[in-house]
Amino acid sequence: MSGCGECRDCPAKKESAIKDADYTIALAGNANVGKSVIFNQLTGVDQIIGNWPGKTVERAEGLLLYKGKRIRVIDLPGIYSFSTYSMEELVSRDFIALEHPDAVINVIDASALERNLFFTIQLLELAPPLMIAVNQIDLAEKKGITIDTEKLSTLLGVPVVRTVAIRGKGIPALTEAITGLMQNHPVPPVLHYGKEVEERIVTITALVERITTRYPVRWTAIKLLERDPAIMQIVRDQDPGIVDTAGVLAGEIETIHGEQVCVVMSAERYLVADRIAAEVMTIHSPGEEPQKKSLTDRLDAVALHPVLGYLAVVAVIGGLLLWTFLIGAQVSLFLSGFLSQFEQYRPVITGPLTDILINGAFTGFVAGITLVIPYVLPFYLLLAIMEDSGYLTRISVMLDRGMHKLGLHGKAIIPLILGYGCNVPAIYSCRIMETPKQKTLAAFLVTLVPCTARTVVILGLVAAFVNIWWALGLYAFDILLIIVAGRVAFRVMPGESVGLIMEMPDYHVPSLSVVLKQTWTRTKSLIWIVFPAYIIGSAIIQAFYAAGLLDPVNDLLSPITVLWLGLPAIIGITLIFGIVRKELTILTLAVIFHTTNFASIMSPVQLIVLALVSMLYIPCISVILVLGSEFGWKKALAISASEIVMAIAIGGIAFRVLSLVM
Amino acid sequence: MAQEQVEEYLETIYDLESRDSSAKTTAIAKCLNVAPASVTEVLRSLSDKGLVVYEPYRGATLTEEGKKIADTIKRKHRLLEVFLTDVLHLNREKVHDEACRMEHTISEETEDALCRMLDAPAHCPHGSPISPCNKGVGSCVECDGAGRTNMPVAVRDKKIIPITDLAPDQKGRIAFIRGDCKVVQRLSDLGLTLGTNVSILKKTPMGGPVEISVRRTKLAVDHAIAGNIFIESPFAVEP
Repeated sequence: MSGCGECRDCPAKKESAIKDADYTIALAGNANVGKSVIFNQLTGVDQIIGNWPGKTVERAEGLLLYKGKRIRVIDLPGIYSFSTYSMEELVSRDFIALEHPDAVINVIDASALERNLFFTIQLLELAPPLMIAVNQIDLAEKKGITIDTEKLSTLLGVPVVRTVAIRGKGIPALTEAITGLMQNHPVPPVLHYGKEVEERIVTITALVERITTRYPVRWTAIKLLERDPAIMQIVRDQDPGIVDTAGVLAGEIETIHGEQVCVVMSAERYLVADRIAAEVMTIHSPGEEPQKKSLTDRLDAVALHPVLGYLAVVAVIGGLLLWTFLIGAQVSLFLSGFLSQFEQYRPVITGPLTDILINGAFTGFVAGITLVIPYVLPFYLLLAIMEDSGYLTRISVMLDRGMHKLGLHGKAIIPLILGYGCNVPAIYSCRIMETPKQKTLAAFLVTLVPCTARTVVILGLVAAFVNIWWALGLYAFDILLIIVAGRVAFRVMPGESVGLIMEMPDYHVPSLSVVLKQTWTRTKSLIWIVFPAYIIGSAIIQAFYAAGLLDPVNDLLSPITVLWLGLPAIIGITLIFGIVRKELTILTLAVIFHTTNFASIMSPVQLIVLALVSMLYIPCISVILVLGSEFGWKKALAISASEIVMAIAIGGIAFRVLSLVM
Repeated sequence: MAQEQVEEYLETIYDLESRDSSAKTTAIAKCLNVAPASVTEVLRSLSDKGLVVYEPYRGATLTEEGKKIADTIKRKHRLLEVFLTDVLHLNREKVHDEACRMEHTISEETEDALCRMLDAPAHCPHGSPISPCNKGVGSCVECDGAGRTNMPVAVRDKKIIPITDLAPDQKGRIAFIRGDCKVVQRLSDLGLTLGTNVSILKKTPMGGPVEISVRRTKLAVDHAIAGNIFIESPFAVEP
């Protein structure tokens, strides 16, 4: 099995980003246990973050070079169980069961041993060559918890090492242990459950041995007993009788315990986990004096306070946006000034076609640079710091009630905030939502969040030439619209949604490597998707422009632009340009009218209506691409089309209402 | 005094008590549309029966016994409302009055059958919570089994309350969890299994999530989901 070189039917391995690895190992464990830190420690900078084939689940891969061996390290998603609650759980269990990694390292949090061992027990069922890294030993000791790792190793029958990953402690020992595991492929021992359950597992195991699945036999039997839909389907295709028998046995357990069988199994596993934890763990009671409140408790007294908590949320999110735009505007100005030395920073409309295309591509490149570096990068850096420190989960809790009004729950605040930077990574982050309905709904609402490019338009048209209050008013209107659109979409969209169930990790000082990696992951999607779209799109539009297609397009659109929205006919083309990049709207206007003083060419009402329509009418082409790849083209087009209709409708109404008041 | 009248009074006091902490004579009179003098009289008689604690001028509070009766009636009332709305499709405005008349006459057996047929609903059509039954069953699945086999089900002797009724820093043991299979599975995967000791750390205002401490970890759980986690609590017993 080692190397898996001859294995021809391993599709995912062939698609693996890292070629020619001698071994493959995987990191598995709960969220917030420092798994990513260990991953960074093992692999350094050689990381590739992509998707699991055909799945919208992030796949992080890295390369570890150790004693001349090339070891591919896969960081599995942070999960709590191997049920079918989420795609992450399915991806992880299929990876371990079907692709036979040479070693699986289960990273566990020393402070929450029971819940982590609950997952370890499920890993043991999958029977890969397994070892355990008990991480954050130092934090546990501060809480008065000591763990006898040798005893844990004896009880579970797998190697155990102690690590403090954030300080690099225990990493050499971990690497050494991994090597041993990779070369020997030990099969971990079987853990037995209570009598009623164990007897039935044995019965089903005997049946499953008669058929061939690609999953371990005992694990398949346990999953059949748990009525796991995916495994039931696989076994039913071969022998429906086995599934029926397992169903009867599951029913018996349900009658005995009076609980759904999956819940009984969880309770069984927790019984084992609790027993092991009790044997290996010593908790030093703090003595007679009252226990000092932990830092997390003291911070939460403010962060989750009914009044102060909301003030903190407003201050933090407001500060984040303000800081980004205040600093960003300055840096952006500097960068575009610097880059304009190299090429004229405006569309070329005459001359040879290559010049036109190159100029278009260059303006696209400039636009990308002047958006990403000053605005998006610092924004995501700050957000990653907030996220890794643990504060973002508190924001989720505080805003959960409000998110219900959008048909979502607290976690959705993360994609929505990300959306203010750029919609593209924000849409990727909708994966944290549980059900397909919630993912799609969150992504739809993200496309309504004014990203930096749209903010540039609002500021450039309205704040500069009407006043700042109308610009803020547009922002406020946008939030209102998100609420209304969320409510409507929630009712219209089919599917189920579930409420918030989330772990609240302790606060900690953010790890630099994790923060930088998260920032890079998010910014990278901009570079691979937004940059090419900017560059190619700008070049095409430039050519379009030079070919004299302006007037026919404007005439075609004039019933909408002139009659309904009350805008100059020339706006038609700028709106089309805006599909590629929103801030191009301003640039095109400046070129067409040969002025940057837009107040001289449009009335305040027209400026506001134009900014409003630009803000709403369609996410840019990059967003449509990402929506398509994440949710399919049907949904991407449905979202785009409904937003065009909505923008035009609202723009026309705004034009009429504003004409009365202004 | 007719049983129906007793039940109506207990129900009214229950409502007023949960709103104002005690039921004043005038408030009861207003709710039931009777003279305050006759309210005083009835309260004395209920007090004699050991169903309420009545102090003139301060109002009435339910005793443990009285609360039990009121709880059952409320449960029947709300189950009937769900039945009338969801199954018989009666007008929503009518179901309250209709249920008010029916609640006094249906037997416990009918109550259980209704609960099973309606899949143990958590709320009445008006959004008020339906309290769990007082059967000694671990879950609705078990009750279902008992219903099919006509197995007698013992009355549960412990006080069961939703975890959301606990005050911060109070503790209890999980008795059962109601709700969608996936959600229940998720909760038990995160350590909220039956019989586990849990405590509430924080509640956020306006029905926001509650923070639950379990097995030395902290979880934030949606208020509606948490409302379906029922616990045995020493604090649930009235002093």
